[in-house]
Amino acid sequence: MSMTHLKQFTGMMSRSLLGLSLWLVSGSVFAEYGLNFQKPVTSIGHRVLELHNLILLICVVIFIVVFGVMFYSIYAHRKSKGYKAAKFHDNAKLEVVWTVIPFAILVSMAIPSTATLIEMDDVSKSDLTVKITGYQWKWKYDYPDQDVSFFSTLATPRDQIENKTAKGKDYLLEVDNPVVLPVGKKVRFVVTANDVIHAWWVPALGVKKDAIPGFVNEMWARVDEPGIYRGQCAELCGKDHGYMPIVVQAVSQEEFDKWAALQKDKAAAAEASAGKTWSKDELMEKGKKVYASTCAACHGANGEGVGPFPKMTGSKIATGPVAGHLNIVMKGKTGTAMQAFAGQLNDADIAAVVTFERNSFGNKTGDVVQPSQVKAAR
Amino acid sequence: MATAHHDEHHPSGIMRWLTTTNHKDIGTLYLVFAFTMALVGGLMSLVIRSELWQPGLQVTDPHFFNQMATVHALVMIFGFVMPAFTGLANWMVPMMIGAPDMALPRLNNWSFWILPFAATLLMLSLFMPGGGPSGGWTIYPPLSVQGGIGTDFALLSIHMLGMSSILGSINIIATILNMRAPGMTLMKMPMFCWGWLITAFLLIASMPVLAGAVTMLITDRHFGTHFFDAAGGGDPVLFQHVFWFFGHPEVYILVLPAFGVFSQIIPTFARKPLFGYVSMVYATATIAFLSFIVWAHHMYTVGMPMGGELFFMYATMLIAVPTGVKIFNWVSTMWRGSMTFETPMLWAIGGVFIFAIGGFSGLMLAITPADFQYHDTYFVVAHFHYVIIGGSVFALFGAVTYWLPKWTGHMYNETLGKWHFWLTMIGFNLTFFPQHFLGLAGMPRRIPDYALQFTEFNQWSTVGAFLTIGAQLIFFYYAIQSMKGGVKATDKVWEGSEGLEWTLPSPPPYHSFTVAPKVK
Repeated sequence: MSMTHLKQFTGMMSRSLLGLSLWLVSGSVFAEYGLNFQKPVTSIGHRVLELHNLILLICVVIFIVVFGVMFYSIYAHRKSKGYKAAKFHDNAKLEVVWTVIPFAILVSMAIPSTATLIEMDDVSKSDLTVKITGYQWKWKYDYPDQDVSFFSTLATPRDQIENKTAKGKDYLLEVDNPVVLPVGKKVRFVVTANDVIHAWWVPALGVKKDAIPGFVNEMWARVDEPGIYRGQCAELCGKDHGYMPIVVQAVSQEEFDKWAALQKDKAAAAEASAGKTWSKDELMEKGKKVYASTCAACHGANGEGVGPFPKMTGSKIATGPVAGHLNIVMKGKTGTAMQAFAGQLNDADIAAVVTFERNSFGNKTGDVVQPSQVKAAR
Repeated sequence: MATAHHDEHHPSGIMRWLTTTNHKDIGTLYLVFAFTMALVGGLMSLVIRSELWQPGLQVTDPHFFNQMATVHALVMIFGFVMPAFTGLANWMVPMMIGAPDMALPRLNNWSFWILPFAATLLMLSLFMPGGGPSGGWTIYPPLSVQGGIGTDFALLSIHMLGMSSILGSINIIATILNMRAPGMTLMKMPMFCWGWLITAFLLIASMPVLAGAVTMLITDRHFGTHFFDAAGGGDPVLFQHVFWFFGHPEVYILVLPAFGVFSQIIPTFARKPLFGYVSMVYATATIAFLSFIVWAHHMYTVGMPMGGELFFMYATMLIAVPTGVKIFNWVSTMWRGSMTFETPMLWAIGGVFIFAIGGFSGLMLAITPADFQYHDTYFVVAHFHYVIIGGSVFALFGAVTYWLPKWTGHMYNETLGKWHFWLTMIGFNLTFFPQHFLGLAGMPRRIPDYALQFTEFNQWSTVGAFLTIGAQLIFFYYAIQSMKGGVKATDKVWEGSEGLEWTLPSPPPYHSFTVAPKVK
């Protein structure tokens, strides 16, 4: 039995080592199989990948040496082969050697690590600032210099998540409004959160930072190549933590300028439309969209509620006085995931969604709430 | 065996177990409790792995998924691994140091009987309105402040589990420092006792810190304080600092007794004394000390000043030195030994092997700039399962198979033992090795659903998880079989065994050493 087990053991060892060495070279050869980092597109991303490969190489070499010795011993120093045990049990010189050598190796790892960290930490002399705010469960992006501000939510249809339709290529990694960045420019990100802790991470950019309420964190990236880069929230932030992706679209400076101007026009148009009186149909149609992107995650696509989150059908708030309904939508409920949406949605959105909730899912209040009422309630 | 019981007046049936102050009975209770919790936690991991079999939501909803991920971790850490090692300490420490029992037998009873109630509270949380805790076992605020009453159940349960650990640790320290047989100086003590002595100090130093964090969380939730609420002038990051000041020593609480187990098993089956005993003791103490100054490596991404990040990076890297010393010593113990590979030895070698992989990925995680990529991905999930399963769980199975013949007086079924080991080894690696790749390729942890490119490795992982959990049924079978009967074990059990526990009959008398043995 011992020989077969030895074979199993050594076989397993060689397979593991093979796996490790494949993993090692994976940066170039196996990138498309997702064995190593995604291809970096920033200088920092490249530095981090090089550092990662270097440390991995050192670890694999040490692993092979140490366990090579151990497995040789397992092979050679067996009772079944008649090997007699030696008596030694101490060697002060050896102890010193295997304390000092690893220490020296650690120093050689610490030096490039420190250099990379210093480079990553330097957010000075940036060309552009983007403020990132984490919400349950979406991201808000502000470009203070361009006066642009928008929310970015998951664009994957609910039906794909529930396996009712085939999943698209970018399943769970697609958003309605991507972050647009100019290539070749040093972008400084300031990261914070509105409710709980989130983390903004785009692997190809080589950056990740926690978004913490009450804190403002900084990091930077300079994207070298135009393209679309996808990431996700990395810090558990509640029920839909898995459903708040990040999409970065890197474009030329001209395209970026055009995009920024367009965003401003859109915002102005939305502002103007809030002043008019809306028909019930218009409000219901808009409300349905707002509900789907903002409310359905917790209150259910059909208002049925999810787990601890209350249902809409027959809800005391959604069928009670309009003022109370507006109040909870705009100010939220402390200590729960129900946020103050006054800061996230414009007057027309809030009016529409409240109208929608009061006249859907079996609720038949007949109430129509106008953006002007929302404005007055602010 | 029968003569050993002649002067006992302990009750029989259920009252024996409720009122027992005997170290072996309590050790058994701990072990039975721990392995029951392991099954519960294992089933939860199967819920997680089933959901992650493919993209999309099929088995559960995200809210319940988060509860499973949270409670799985709490159950495995506080319900399985910690009580299992306390059970081993109860059984073995008095027998290894030549004492009749633990120093504080009634406290011993109390520290065990807190556990079933704490565990019940934790399980009940899942049936509360709004479900159980769902913010991860790390219970970071503000997220954990949002949870319903289930979160309070879990917080109270953590308090009770922590209290039980502190009481157990006090007992172990008191026993080791006061009840060693004449001639057994500290530096002659078996490594398992050393591992536990140091662990017990870690527990006493770190558990109250967790209790503080949990208490602040409770007052934030219910009594209007704002320790962790930025809007009220508090600091959410403070919680993480306090939590990990407990949390990092906790890692070594789980693993130092396991190192002790490896240091008992390897010399026995190499038929050669442990290499570098003194350096083993100092390495263990060094690891324990370092474990208190590295906590913030769990939170590199919170935005610490660079000086802080550098300090925690260097300090964390340093842990590789004493850990390396331990591994080199084990290899040197095996070197030119006369080895056989009974089940306990397989667990010890397999455990060192798996733990070393986890140790190397830990060193990678220590490197701050690289950690920005690894942090909160499946790379971390792979890392800590390699460390905790390779370090602690493999050592537990090693310890149980090593001492089971001593405890029951019967040999276990060696063939089943080997099947159990090999299936676990294969299943474990199939589950967790691909998770390294998932993490590097960009899959965050704690998500119920994932992008399409992560599908294949997740499927490997799910198959591995079912294999691993399924293989544990073999363990339950042969462990119970050995309690019921089988080939009689000798006092020494193993050819190469050394130490006081092997001088006692198998099974040992109810009070281990009524006359203190002399140690040369």
